[in-house]
Amino acid sequence: MKLTRPKLSWWERTYIPAILKGMAITFRHIPKVKERVTLEYPEVKWDLPKAYRGAPILLTGLDGQEKCTSCKLCEFICPPRAIRIVAEETSLEKEKRPKEFDIDMGLCIFCGYCQEVCPVEAIWLKDEYEMADYDRTALIFSKEQLLARGRKPPYLPGREKPLEESR
Amino acid sequence: MSPIWAILIEALVKILVIIAVVMTGVAYSTLAERKVSAWMQDRKGPNRVGWFGLLQPVADGLKFFFKEDITPAAAYRPVYLLAPLLTLTPALITFAVIPFGTSVTFAGRTFPLAIAPGVDVGIIYLLAISSMGVYGILLAGWSSGNKYSLLGGLRAASQVISYELGIGLSLLSVVLWTGTFDFNKIVGAQSGGWPHFWFFIPHFLGFLVFVVSIFAETNRLPFDMPEGESEIVGGYHTEYSGLRFAAFFMGEYANMITASAFLVLLFLGGWNLPFVRYEWFGPLWGGLLSMAVFFTKVFACVFVFIWVRWTLPRFRYDQLMNLGWKRLFPLAVLNFLLIATFLLLRGRP
Repeated sequence: MKLTRPKLSWWERTYIPAILKGMAITFRHIPKVKERVTLEYPEVKWDLPKAYRGAPILLTGLDGQEKCTSCKLCEFICPPRAIRIVAEETSLEKEKRPKEFDIDMGLCIFCGYCQEVCPVEAIWLKDEYEMADYDRTALIFSKEQLLARGRKPPYLPGREKPLEESR
Repeated sequence: MSPIWAILIEALVKILVIIAVVMTGVAYSTLAERKVSAWMQDRKGPNRVGWFGLLQPVADGLKFFFKEDITPAAAYRPVYLLAPLLTLTPALITFAVIPFGTSVTFAGRTFPLAIAPGVDVGIIYLLAISSMGVYGILLAGWSSGNKYSLLGGLRAASQVISYELGIGLSLLSVVLWTGTFDFNKIVGAQSGGWPHFWFFIPHFLGFLVFVVSIFAETNRLPFDMPEGESEIVGGYHTEYSGLRFAAFFMGEYANMITASAFLVLLFLGGWNLPFVRYEWFGPLWGGLLSMAVFFTKVFACVFVFIWVRWTLPRFRYDQLMNLGWKRLFPLAVLNFLLIATFLLLRGRP
């Protein structure tokens, strides 16, 4: 491609008109109070998109039992290896359930692969992102904690009812 | 002749006033920098500490006190510890010769508003001291034992060499015009009507060169090569933390205020206002008013410094050298020759 440079006049080549023009633009933004985009975070919060991937949770079915069948697909696919599952037998129809199910939130990268790969929709990434703690050990969420987080209704995109009640 | 203790007390009071004004100015320039930059970028800026964020500088200062003071293992410790002071001190002691108003008559005595009144080599003193600030930066860069710091220090040194010339030559025309190095007389020459304009009108070229040069002298964007965050981390103060970093920070802003005061005195009429004479307000209020006008002008210039910083991108290093040696230096010489010719033909106004 042939590049043609614009012919600048002597006055333009001093850069003075361009500098003044730029300064005029920045100055005009100073009084634009209504256009300020700052979100004053703890008081005002961002409207999350519907498919937002936040804290992972474990879902319970209508029978009150966790849906997880301990197939370990999520443990296998998890890129930072944040998930650890210990399986056990159960007398329920699904025959197998997690005895322990830990997610280390210090490792989790919120990629959502676990949710993607789960055959029974037992793990879900909720629209919750305030999980910081002063203690790293507190960031390893146990099965009970993950189930408890799930009790707050997470909504599927486009669905009105909480996930666990819609099945 | 007043007794020596009266002179001492007078000087001390003036020093206290000036330090209070300048240090408050420094603190609130940092807030202004953050606020103005936020507004220019459609943000709100700091607004949590105090009403409208007005206590933010206090919070920042306290934070600096509690930060760990780190000396890198590779640093040369004596120079490393000295460098921040070498930057801050010259920025503050330049105010010894800067007059900040006419004079105040109080309790039957007249106090000229300058720490060292009647110094007839004010400009030379100011030039000498203000270029000393670069030693702090150079030594900080060298003694940190860090490549990035060293590059920053080198850049500061070569930058100052090429811009001191511009400053010196451009203000020489003012000195030629007024025939004095005394700030009071220079400001006096800018009061009244033709041909006693504020000097940025008759010395327009000199004014232009001077403004560009003080941006380089104070290491402010678009000439903040010694800092150059995007290329050399933090430049000369990469390794500094805590109060020593704060000293560099305050030095930068104090330098900005000094440079603005220099600009106001030489080219923007000092404390003069058009169509206003301070004699109208009496010896006390006229003096205080002149001081207020002077500092208003100075902080207006500081605002321009901030405004330019958030408008223009940083120059490339060779562009800066080009501008300094091939553009500003000849322009300053041209301005000097023009003024000299004018004075030769028309006589000193």
